Amino acid sequence: MTKEKTKNLIDIRDLSTKEIDDLIKVANDIILHKEAYAHKCDGKILATLFFEPSTRTRLSFESAMLRLGGKVLGFSEAASSSTAKGETLADTIETVSGYADIIAMRHPKEGAPMVAAKKSFIPIINAGDGGHNHPTQTLTDLLTISRKKGRLDNLTIGLCGDLKFGRTIHSLISAMVRYKNIKFILISPKELRLPEYITKEVLEKNKVEYIETDSMEEYMKELDILYMTRVQRERFFNEEDYLRLKDYYILDKKKLSTAKKDLCIMHPLPRVNEIATEVDDDDRATYFEQAYNGVYIRMALILKCLEGRE
Amino acid sequence: MNIDTIKDGYVIDHITPGNAIKIYRLLNLEKLDCQVALITNAKSKKMKTKDLIKIGQLIDINLDKIAYIDPKATVNIVKKDKIIEKKKLQLPEVLMNVCKCNNPRCITSTERNLDQIFNLTNKKDKVYRCHYCESTLEKDHFID
Repeated sequence: MTKEKTKNLIDIRDLSTKEIDDLIKVANDIILHKEAYAHKCDGKILATLFFEPSTRTRLSFESAMLRLGGKVLGFSEAASSSTAKGETLADTIETVSGYADIIAMRHPKEGAPMVAAKKSFIPIINAGDGGHNHPTQTLTDLLTISRKKGRLDNLTIGLCGDLKFGRTIHSLISAMVRYKNIKFILISPKELRLPEYITKEVLEKNKVEYIETDSMEEYMKELDILYMTRVQRERFFNEEDYLRLKDYYILDKKKLSTAKKDLCIMHPLPRVNEIATEVDDDDRATYFEQAYNGVYIRMALILKCLEGRE
Repeated sequence: MNIDTIKDGYVIDHITPGNAIKIYRLLNLEKLDCQVALITNAKSKKMKTKDLIKIGQLIDINLDKIAYIDPKATVNIVKKDKIIEKKKLQLPEVLMNVCKCNNPRCITSTERNLDQIFNLTNKKDKVYRCHYCESTLEKDHFID
């Protein structure tokens, strides 16, 4: 087993722009020719190690592998793994490396995928680590944006809600700064603003224009994309803070009255109250399509990670 | 004030006033059996005042720890009453097992046997980030 050749995806920054473009191209091809990919992973096993609950990400990984002809095994909460007995992540990963061909892992601790990648002899895909990164959600988002808008540059993107702990937001920003003429409108309450290391070391370093505001309506008419996020209870140590902030933004038809006709409304899901259900019928609501896209980009990613491996 | 010269050991010189005690603690110098002198606010032509530390034994010293606290300090190695080497320091690119991550969500807070690694991401402002979770290193959050 040659660890050096292992292709992992820990952070969206691990991928070059060309690699992202290639993944999008393959995902689009899969959407058009599903049957051509139905046996690409015959005999391969994906381990889904979910130390933190998830519906969409885990199921979309499993669906992706099954649609490629492979098989899946794994667990969906830490309590049903040896972690509950005190096993280190490093030992769990080293063991599972011998049971599967590729691992998709979600872990509540930030940086856990780095530890996993160091120990693993098979590719590791980060399926979310705490409030840190969620690169496959970002790939899903990029596929969705490119399919809806036909481009990944020249966009004004509103990011709304929990920008502090929202890992999908952090990964999306890191990915988008590489494209030309991107402008971000960062909409959040003061307590949930984007961490300084992202404003300073990602946005400002890449000379990307951004505006921080707590008003959802103020810049609505400028937006090409409105990316809503949920305020996540599990990221708060203090229940009072969560209750105070959870319904800070609720997108409804009235708030959309000034928005562009071709606005693309996105959400990584699950949503709670931040998008009123009345918006679901609006042609601009893209979040369920976005969830479907997750399967195809993960299929493309699994193929890429397994490329060249026995 | 007379402080004995040392035969074999180190003179950590040009320490910014106030930093010697931090270096003393970080290097665990209180645990040594040999002579250790910690001098604060000594007169200096270059710096007006400076701190310095003299260690009367050639122990293993982690220069990165000293450089992290005070990259302007110099370390003189003394052998048989003579300075045989003067080491100029610079801010280390990587801090290995010097400081610990203060983010309770970081994998280092639960995973055993994991090195505490910080990378220098902004030299000008001396910003270090955790290798795992990318949290900023909080000032003087040293490993005991």
